[in-house]
Amino acid sequence: MEYLMLILSAPLVSGVIRKIKNDLRMRRGPGVFQPYYDLAKLFAKDEVVSENASWVFTITPFVVLASCVLALLFVPMPGAANPFVYIGDLLAIIFLLALGRFFLALAGLDTGSAFGGMGSSREMFISSLVEPVIFISIFAVCASPSFRFSSVVAGIALVLAVIAETSRIPVDNQETHLELTMIHEAMVLEYSGRSLALLELAAHIKQVVFFSILANCVFPVGILPVKILIIAAMIALVEVSVAKMRLFRAVDFLSFAIVLSVAALVISAVGL
Amino acid sequence: MGYLINNIFRSSFDPLSVFFLAVIAVVSLPSAVYSVGYMKGRYSSGKITLGWALLILFAASMALVVTVKNAFSFIIVWELMSLVSYFLVIFDHEHERSIQAGTIYIVMTHIGTAFIITAILIIFGHAHSFDFAAMKNACLFMPSGTKNLVFVLFLAGFGTKAGIVPLHVWLPYAHPQAPSHISSIMSGVMIKTAIYALIRFAVMIVGVESTWWGEALLVVAAVSCLVGVIYALMEHDIKKLLAYHSVENIGIILLGVGASVLFIKLSMPLAAAFAMAAGLYHLINHAIFKALLFLCAGSVYSATGKRDMEKMGGLIKVMPWTAATFLVGSMAISALPPLNGFVSEWLTFQAFFMGVVSAPAGIKIFMGILAGVLALTSGLAAACFVKAFGITFLAMPRSQNAACAKESPFSMKLAMVFLAMLTVVFGLAAPLILKYLVRVSGSVLSVDTSAAGFTLNNLIIAPRGSGGIYLSPSLLALGLIVIIGMTVLAVYAVWGRRRLTTGKTWDCGYYPAICLDQGGIPPVSDRGRDKLDPRTEYTATAFSKPFRIAFDFFLLPYRKTEKIRESFYHVKSFKYELYTTPVFKEYIYQPLLRAVFKISDSLKRAQSGSIHLYIAYIFITMLALIIFMSRF
Repeated sequence: MEYLMLILSAPLVSGVIRKIKNDLRMRRGPGVFQPYYDLAKLFAKDEVVSENASWVFTITPFVVLASCVLALLFVPMPGAANPFVYIGDLLAIIFLLALGRFFLALAGLDTGSAFGGMGSSREMFISSLVEPVIFISIFAVCASPSFRFSSVVAGIALVLAVIAETSRIPVDNQETHLELTMIHEAMVLEYSGRSLALLELAAHIKQVVFFSILANCVFPVGILPVKILIIAAMIALVEVSVAKMRLFRAVDFLSFAIVLSVAALVISAVGL
Repeated sequence: MGYLINNIFRSSFDPLSVFFLAVIAVVSLPSAVYSVGYMKGRYSSGKITLGWALLILFAASMALVVTVKNAFSFIIVWELMSLVSYFLVIFDHEHERSIQAGTIYIVMTHIGTAFIITAILIIFGHAHSFDFAAMKNACLFMPSGTKNLVFVLFLAGFGTKAGIVPLHVWLPYAHPQAPSHISSIMSGVMIKTAIYALIRFAVMIVGVESTWWGEALLVVAAVSCLVGVIYALMEHDIKKLLAYHSVENIGIILLGVGASVLFIKLSMPLAAAFAMAAGLYHLINHAIFKALLFLCAGSVYSATGKRDMEKMGGLIKVMPWTAATFLVGSMAISALPPLNGFVSEWLTFQAFFMGVVSAPAGIKIFMGILAGVLALTSGLAAACFVKAFGITFLAMPRSQNAACAKESPFSMKLAMVFLAMLTVVFGLAAPLILKYLVRVSGSVLSVDTSAAGFTLNNLIIAPRGSGGIYLSPSLLALGLIVIIGMTVLAVYAVWGRRRLTTGKTWDCGYYPAICLDQGGIPPVSDRGRDKLDPRTEYTATAFSKPFRIAFDFFLLPYRKTEKIRESFYHVKSFKYELYTTPVFKEYIYQPLLRAVFKISDSLKRAQSGSIHLYIAYIFITMLALIIFMSRF
């Protein structure tokens, strides 16, 4: 039940982030429910598919959505008994999201557009650097069940990883459609109509997956919706206060995250 | 003859041997079926017969390697395996490159064999017998220094065959050059026999002496993982790319084995059994999906006559079976759920997690970092296979050969589909297979694993017993299918059928390349149509560019440009070539080779051709031997 609520409220989180950003920039902006209207509009629309595309392009939205939804079900929820823990754990989430990403990157290449390929290449590049951060910080956090100093350090490393994974500034920019800067948007450039709606929904859900991992594993106290809203506000604050980096500066950004996660591991190993 | 069979070639069928026999069978049989279609029409009938004979001899020699119980006969069958595979590497001997690859292979493999023979002779010096059991008993009383030396020799010797960095140089030459069904056996099984031998000799006969063995194995494994996958990313020859991934996957297998060796010294026997099982699981998984990928690559090569990915594209439409099975193999090697590669990598992560939870502090950090290395490796591998599948099979054909390709014959399709199904089965039936493998690793490490419940009711893997972490690949697959089904139903129920328009890919305002050649102005008839052509597609080189830049400290890329001018002002065409520096070849093997040649040159002076001098040599040698005999 909790999970169904999370899935349904996933676009709301994106809406809230957008709202906070607009408020901080002294703009009016759309309401927090705008992502729902967008999805409803896209679902009702016709689709245009490239003549070069194969069946990989067609099945990708479904695979991506399914992998994100299933990943959400594996997020540990303190308190509630969850039958899904028998199917997969935290690490399985990372592998599942990799499944979605793999297909999305293939779909980017499938249409033969140069932008799609560019997006795929960059997405796989960024994500391959993010994965070590996530694994090492999860190991650092899970090595002991209680909340410690090392959890804070690992938490910061995870926040950096989440920024990269949810295509936020300074690594990627969800709002841009400028050819040279987009990563995630470039891969989905050829999608339209209901396929695009599915992919957008999947992106919203993926964001909630990462936020709840951050909320539940690193800071296992408090109620989930509040924590997710706090994280959303934090991300929004980061987005308005820094500029997007060039792609190869993102390497430095993620190397820093890797170093931070290793630091968390060291701190956790000495017992702090 | 009877004596020979009873004493020298006596076979053992302990769980480890049986497991490796299964690996050999599971890859060799589909490859043999595949070769029916692959060799037909490509070779003359005499050569096909030769191919079959060598194939059978190759499989038989590998089966002997993993079953003999005597070090002397082990060396014989090991050498037989190396020689037969050498003949298979140079099977296409009319190509210059095959001969070159074969030479590199035979030299490297014999350097390895030299290390192995030395190590075995050292043990023989203590045991006075070549029998495995006797050697094992003698090793109990061997001094620790000798044990360490023997371990290093075995690691170098078998490491050469396995293809660990920096002894991997032969692998990307030899594997792609062999016919594809042989590549699949070499990459899938032959390099694994080295892992078998390492476990058999270093772990079972010599016995783990100190913790640095495990640490050394893990470091070597981690380096192999990263180097293998980074080189694979730079490679655009599809078979060479797969060969580099063998280096990477041997690394992943050794991560499991190394963790096990470390755990056994840290007195964590159950964790050791689990880590070994994870390594062995990845071993058989890699055998299956790498064989599959090589067979698919061979099918592409047969159809297009090319191995360069930049000349392919769009093959998914003309070769649907090859494309679908290659996709399954790519997903498996990228560790995507619910296929087999995912399960074994997950198990390896769990083995590291056991270390992070309960090993001493230093080992905790070490294991955590190794988990990070494994994560980076699997991320890069996924990127590499997006490239391999995407550039080869998707979008528009980049050459005439690719556009006119035909699907392969039935026997080849059959082998590929069979292996693709095995990757699925080995993913879904993971708890059962893990149970069996834990028994195997228990017998290897002499650990009683009957108490360790790593599985729950044959459906769920539970590395830490009940009340811990769980994974059920079959339920996960079911979950994916159910969610996909529900989504499809929901979308169709609410919004009805999909209304499709087929259009052109957005061309970003490009003109076709042909028009650019004619001054950039498209002819009137071409305006507004067919603006996108294969030359505007993203290429494999472009795809790997971010990685090339990020890892430039290791790859040392450089470019050669050349302007062909009509006059001083007008550049007619521009040639641009991009290279990466092969670090190991450049900085280790070339200097070594130069040194060898230099020494040989100076030794040449001893060969004057004068018979008197030779008689003097013989006399001096005899004298030296007599002195040697009387002193010792």
